[in-house]
Amino acid sequence: MAMQFYASPEQIMRDRSELARKGIARGRSAVVLSYSGGVLFVAENLSSALHKVSEIYDRIGFAAVGRYNEFENLRRAGVRMADLNGLSYDRRDVTGRALANAFAQTLGAIFTEQSKPFEVEICVAEVGATAADDELYRLTYDGSVNDEPGRMAMGGQAEAITGVLKSQHRPDMSLGEAVQVAVQALSSVGGEGGAARTIAANQLEVAVLDRQRVGRTFRRITGAALTALLDGKAAPPASDLPDTPSVPTGEAGKPTSSAGSADLEDRPGQADK
Amino acid sequence: MFTNAGTSSFTTFLSRVAPEMLPGRRPLPPGMAADLAPHATTIVAIAAADGVVMAGDRRATMGNLIAQRDIEKVHPADAYSLVGIAGTAGIGIELMRLFQVELEHYEKIEGAMLSLDGKANRLASMIRGNLGAAMQGLAVVPLFAGFDLAAADPARAGRIFSFDVTGGPYEETGYDAIGSGSLFAKSALKKRFRAGISVADATRLAVEALYDAADDDTATGGPDLTRRIYPVVMTATAEGTYRLTDAETATIAEGVVAGRMENPGG
Repeated sequence: MAMQFYASPEQIMRDRSELARKGIARGRSAVVLSYSGGVLFVAENLSSALHKVSEIYDRIGFAAVGRYNEFENLRRAGVRMADLNGLSYDRRDVTGRALANAFAQTLGAIFTEQSKPFEVEICVAEVGATAADDELYRLTYDGSVNDEPGRMAMGGQAEAITGVLKSQHRPDMSLGEAVQVAVQALSSVGGEGGAARTIAANQLEVAVLDRQRVGRTFRRITGAALTALLDGKAAPPASDLPDTPSVPTGEAGKPTSSAGSADLEDRPGQADK
Repeated sequence: MFTNAGTSSFTTFLSRVAPEMLPGRRPLPPGMAADLAPHATTIVAIAAADGVVMAGDRRATMGNLIAQRDIEKVHPADAYSLVGIAGTAGIGIELMRLFQVELEHYEKIEGAMLSLDGKANRLASMIRGNLGAAMQGLAVVPLFAGFDLAAADPARAGRIFSFDVTGGPYEETGYDAIGSGSLFAKSALKKRFRAGISVADATRLAVEALYDAADDDTATGGPDLTRRIYPVVMTATAEGTYRLTDAETATIAEGVVAGRMENPGG
């Protein structure tokens, strides 16, 4: 019979942390930051079908790095929990904080109980009425939660990316500026000899939680709209924002009538019909 | 309970973790319960040239009483489809909310919308789940209509599906109505509907049909000019769903009533 060697709990946790950290560091990074019009997600992603950034609920988005099957599992769990709570209570009662807590419990339990921890790092972001009200939660493989101050980076060389973000990011930036800062931060690492590199538009996954929308605020920015933002033409897509943001109210987010995309329901062009 | 690989369907998920939240899964005592709760009445839908129009009156009845004057029975199911509810109001509203979450849930999990036929089939299976309650008098029958983004011919993109208490769906050509006043609304539409009608004309036609239903059916409410309560009118087109504002429906309803002042038969 094989002899079971003693390993101290400390050693086990250290080994698991190392495994998770290595796995996460191998992947491409993602950044999340708030700007004047909402919360911006930018992830480096070679696939246009397997998403790292997605919608959880009306005002809540999700970004992740690491192993796809593991964070996809968490994302689905988050969507299920949000939809269940939104149906049993009200759409306004689904919050980013509650989701972050649930993810933390799940990740923490997996880290201590399973033989292999999840090699993921995730961000739960909730867009508020102003940039100061935005909530960004960083969740790591061991279930720890951090409330981030309006910007965060995850994945390989996250610290270097965070450094660039910290020096460039302001909460009152426009969407165009925010995208450029995010891409600049992502491309500041991984080049030859520590130099910056260029990331093509088709390797970026970009999405926003749009502060002005009522109902579902998440939308992806792809194709021509994304290229225009990257080129700094500052011509925001047609669906983009009036200059003066209106503060979303609880009344506007009334559940049953806002199931569709509310900006489709409030088109001014229809008024003359 | 949330992390199982599972399915993209929210109702399937609910049936596993919270079956008590599904209508039709609750044990009911035997006996008829038809007079227990308010009933929602007439809904009409019309397929127009570049979309579909759905309208519903605002009355809910309980036996011979009016339970509510301003109930809203037509809602967006998602960004491109509409659902209207007739029958037991409480179960209808619950079913409609569940259907809205079902469509949104699938879209978020899969990253793509269900096809229009897929949505209609989903709704049919949810109605079928309520069959036991329906046989005891708590029936709900929805009307579903939407803009089919995959339609080859844009003139046929506006589609209407009806259901019965055992499910369905049955695709309807041109127009359909459900609820207690549907007989009269459909008769009116039969004479006035023309294929290829514009969305703007169809909104007027829908309000006319509801007026005819209210004319002959006590459970259907006509335009209430004194309280300024008008039918809910919604459209689904390539640009998405749109609910006509109160001012827009007021203009249409006042026009219809003015027309009937001269010729009560319309």
